[in-house]
Amino acid sequence: MQELKFKPKSKIREFLGEKFISVSAFSALIGILLIFTFIFKEAIPVFTDPEVQEEASLDKMVFKQEYYEGRDPKWAWQPTSTVPKFSLYPLFLGTIKAAIIAMLFAAPLGVGAAIYSSEFASRRMREIIKPVIELLAAIPSVVLGFFSLIVLATVLQNVFGLTFRLNAMNAGIALGLAVIPIIFTVAEDAMTSVPNSLRDAAIALGANPWQVSFTMVFPAALPGIAAGIVLGFGRAVGETMIVLMASGNAAIISGDFFDSVRTFSATIAAELAEVVFGSTHYTVLFFIGTLLFVFTFIINLGGEMALNRIKEKLQGRTE
Amino acid sequence: MKVHDRTITYSEGMTAGPLDFRPKSSGRIPRGLTFAAVLVIISMLAVILGNIVYGGIGTISWDFLTHPPENGMEEGGVFPAIFGTVALVLLMVIAVVPIGVLTAIYLHEYTSPKSKITRMIRVAIANLAGVPSIVFGLFGLGFFIAFIGGGLDWLFYRDEGPVWGQPAIIWAALTLALLTLPVVIVSTEEALRTIPRELKEASYALGGTKLQTIVRIIIPQSLPGILTGSILAVSRGAGEVAPIMFTGAAYYLPYLPNKLNDQFMELGYHIYVMATQSPNIEATKPILYGTVLVLLVLTFLLNFIAIYIRSSMRKKRAA
Repeated sequence: MQELKFKPKSKIREFLGEKFISVSAFSALIGILLIFTFIFKEAIPVFTDPEVQEEASLDKMVFKQEYYEGRDPKWAWQPTSTVPKFSLYPLFLGTIKAAIIAMLFAAPLGVGAAIYSSEFASRRMREIIKPVIELLAAIPSVVLGFFSLIVLATVLQNVFGLTFRLNAMNAGIALGLAVIPIIFTVAEDAMTSVPNSLRDAAIALGANPWQVSFTMVFPAALPGIAAGIVLGFGRAVGETMIVLMASGNAAIISGDFFDSVRTFSATIAAELAEVVFGSTHYTVLFFIGTLLFVFTFIINLGGEMALNRIKEKLQGRTE
Repeated sequence: MKVHDRTITYSEGMTAGPLDFRPKSSGRIPRGLTFAAVLVIISMLAVILGNIVYGGIGTISWDFLTHPPENGMEEGGVFPAIFGTVALVLLMVIAVVPIGVLTAIYLHEYTSPKSKITRMIRVAIANLAGVPSIVFGLFGLGFFIAFIGGGLDWLFYRDEGPVWGQPAIIWAALTLALLTLPVVIVSTEEALRTIPRELKEASYALGGTKLQTIVRIIIPQSLPGILTGSILAVSRGAGEVAPIMFTGAAYYLPYLPNKLNDQFMELGYHIYVMATQSPNIEATKPILYGTVLVLLVLTFLLNFIAIYIRSSMRKKRAA
């Protein structure tokens, strides 16, 4: 008798429970839409408000401007000067420079360690490598920023005899430390997801372990390794605290890796606290935020899709 | 068959000559190179941790952990920052865990992995994990403080100054909750995958409804995974600075936060300001190192616990 009573009552609960769960499930989707909406909303005046466009229209942010009469046109980021200058080019250059140094440093190490872990390491060794990488990933970026500001900068200054402690190289190396775990994890995952049947086939044909890796595993995992590097680059471009603390934050246009740089993310972090709500400067900072969001969104979407396709392909082959 | 075609592609690559498999390259050089990459990563981690422990251990004392800063951060302790960090992540966990767990349950129990909605939610989760942390900061300012907080003020406190429309611990916690949502979802899903199908079938066979099965079987069974996810989220949230620097963190407050709309001190932000804006870096250095050590020990401890729970969960699954 009890069961009969219990069933119709639970139907309503069942319905409500299911609705509640499915509504919650959309939180991530809603979250990402809200992020885009609310950041882009603040950046819209760049496209519509003539007052903002006076100082920071799209072409003023991209092309060289003649800020003072009679002087050569130039790119400059000086938002609080008497003649405010909002060129994004110096910031773009700084961001790319720091990210490239980070990748030059992190990609060989991350991919190398991933190859060792997946192809050569004994089980015991792997149980050391993986937690080490997890620990590296767990270090808060403000701690890496602190380390490169206080320790690494001094070391680099002494080794290379630099005038200024804080520069792109210093920030790039610390940024690399933050990126290594991403590259390692994605690349290692790509290599271990190569099915054993492929390895076995190569061994059966007489290949030694290294030849198995080189002729069999790498070609199959290469897109995955590339995806890891691309995702790492996305992280390097978006990372804030490390560059904010270690790069010197001077918007210099130069190709020298030992010059100071100012990145997009660090510019937002350093300037947002002091801007007037709704001013041109405020709008431009949100515009930079929109650029960062769109850039990392595209990188992540592309990387994620590539990884899924590779996995499907590899797993499809074994079945 | 397509499956066979692909396998043949690979063997064709190899039949460039079976002689290629003469053991001319034993793989000793690649093995050595990739092992060197591992060594470099391990030693860099060791140098960073060693430096911080060496620099900070002398500062740590009971007084340091339980007293507020004094004399312009050159003396005293970090108690308010520890308190603020703990309060912040607690609020964050309350917000993020239920939503993350329900999302994971929805994805794993209610929809087919091939459905469009599932895939869209998955894309959103992967992308949310890749949004730069400074963009979360912008979002927190634009959405939580200006839109939600400003809206509440407009509705209820029109005659007073800003009550909710200002940086506050609740807005910082909610911003971090969105940032850590993917961590909780991914860990919970991993746990859901380990639940044996027989358990669910047994529940259904006994007349349990889907919701009852979820509440009484699935959630209790996946508790270790939910716990792992929450701990990892806390560790991640405790280390993030960029999202909270505009949404509620303050450098120095003479009182502890006791309302949801109070500002708060936080370890990571404390490190950032001390490291970059101290007038006398040599005098604050011991305190700075001590604070970094506290934050690092906190994050690592949380990570070790999470790794331990996860590995025992995996062992259980393998057994």
